[in-house]
Amino acid sequence: MIAIKLLKDLTNLFGSLTILFLQSIYWTIHGIRTGRFGMKNLMEQMSRIGVDSFPMVALTGFSTGAVLVVQIGYQFAQLGAQRYVGGVVSMAMARELAPILTSIVVAGRIGSSIAAELGTMKITEQIDALETMATDPVDYLVVPRFWGCTFMLVILTVFTNVVGMIGGSIIAVHQIGLTLATFSDSILQSLKIQDIVGGLLKSMVFGGLIGTIGCYKGFTTEGGAEGVGKSTTGAVVLAIMFILAVNYFLTVGINNFNMAYLQ
Amino acid sequence: MIIISDLSKRFGPKEVLKGINLKIYDGETLVILGPSGCGKSVLLKHIIGLLKPDGGQVIIDGDDITSFNHKKLDSLRMRMGMLFQSAALFDSLTVEENIAFGLRKHTGLSDIAIHHIVSEKLEMVGLPGANYLMPSELSGGMRKRVGLARAIAMEPEIILYDEPTTGLDPIMTCAIDELHLSLKERLGVTSIVVTHDLNSAYRIGDRLALHYGGQIVAIGTKNEIINSPDPLVQQFIRGEAKGPMTLL
Repeated sequence: MIAIKLLKDLTNLFGSLTILFLQSIYWTIHGIRTGRFGMKNLMEQMSRIGVDSFPMVALTGFSTGAVLVVQIGYQFAQLGAQRYVGGVVSMAMARELAPILTSIVVAGRIGSSIAAELGTMKITEQIDALETMATDPVDYLVVPRFWGCTFMLVILTVFTNVVGMIGGSIIAVHQIGLTLATFSDSILQSLKIQDIVGGLLKSMVFGGLIGTIGCYKGFTTEGGAEGVGKSTTGAVVLAIMFILAVNYFLTVGINNFNMAYLQ
Repeated sequence: MIIISDLSKRFGPKEVLKGINLKIYDGETLVILGPSGCGKSVLLKHIIGLLKPDGGQVIIDGDDITSFNHKKLDSLRMRMGMLFQSAALFDSLTVEENIAFGLRKHTGLSDIAIHHIVSEKLEMVGLPGANYLMPSELSGGMRKRVGLARAIAMEPEIILYDEPTTGLDPIMTCAIDELHLSLKERLGVTSIVVTHDLNSAYRIGDRLALHYGGQIVAIGTKNEIINSPDPLVQQFIRGEAKGPMTLL
């Protein structure tokens, strides 16, 4: 009985998220075709997502890069392979850690704030008010948030990679005893363009997921302040679960593609 | 003309509307009275297509809007305005941006023309110069008046008011009633007003309807309602706790 209910809830969730995603695409195309795409709204969302996430993303990137160099550096030193540290760290950052960690930070900061904002709008009838003024809530509210998260997560992931490598290089030079030239040569020799592109593709998908899930949780808010609180935490938990699950399939898909076409 | 026929709606086990039948004539103000939680706001939301009924029809100017698609509903909503119970102002926009929302979205008017209209509407609701305030800086009554200015900004043919005077002082209530009457006289607006305020209802209503138990139990002019022998009507207009009308 519980299993059936869980299956039903999961089906509903996947169905609702898919519908919301397809509606976002529809309204994006409609907006571009009619010349009424809300560019101002999108820019506002992108700036908000970037500014709100910037400090946490910077801290996460720097610390991850630094810690990775410490961990890998000492292990590799025992094998006499210190000169490969830069390459290994940069690949780990570009392929997995930067997209995943950036997405988790953005899910916590932005996914929750989207759910809270839209949830409050829902319970105070602001979404109904939009509809009475012949404005589709998906067009006005979801589209800029969906694309804002998608675009900004890519930019933030690039930033995490860069800051991570800066953090890593500082530790490599001052603690592991490598020269900056050895560290950066290792990065240039090991890191391939497909590693970076694959990571950014992942972050793009994760950004879309965070935006869609935040909006979905906001739109389905019920009750008062308690409902908003539940939606907010629900948006973060659901987004992180989806990010971790989807990451596996994306990793397999990207690796298969790379092996089939790029090696 | 708006015709509501056999309208029914259920939320889970609770049947909120049980076959409502109503006619609202062009240019008329119909006031819907009733105890809290009886489904008056739900009825309004069906008239503007925010909710789909489980059964029955809402016919506006000959078209059943319950079967309208998104596009048709939007065209209809351009002719309608709604003042929400909580005013439902957009928190992130200024008063001017709130009132101008529909004008910016659906008319090709210049910014100067829109500013002029917004200022005019704000003056009508007694809030001149409030253009650049944020909703968080407004009192409950002021929010309601901005909500009203937003509802009338597009000069709609039909206006739905969900408790327009709740939370307002008696003087402002009277001013809002007068504004309502002047809109009716000037533009021939058809209005449906949901309220608990009997004084206001008597002032603005051409006809009054009592909604109770998911149905319209009485409808008539002010005098017909006041003189109605129906014990439900008498209990409601006298504001008595004891009687056939039970608290919901």
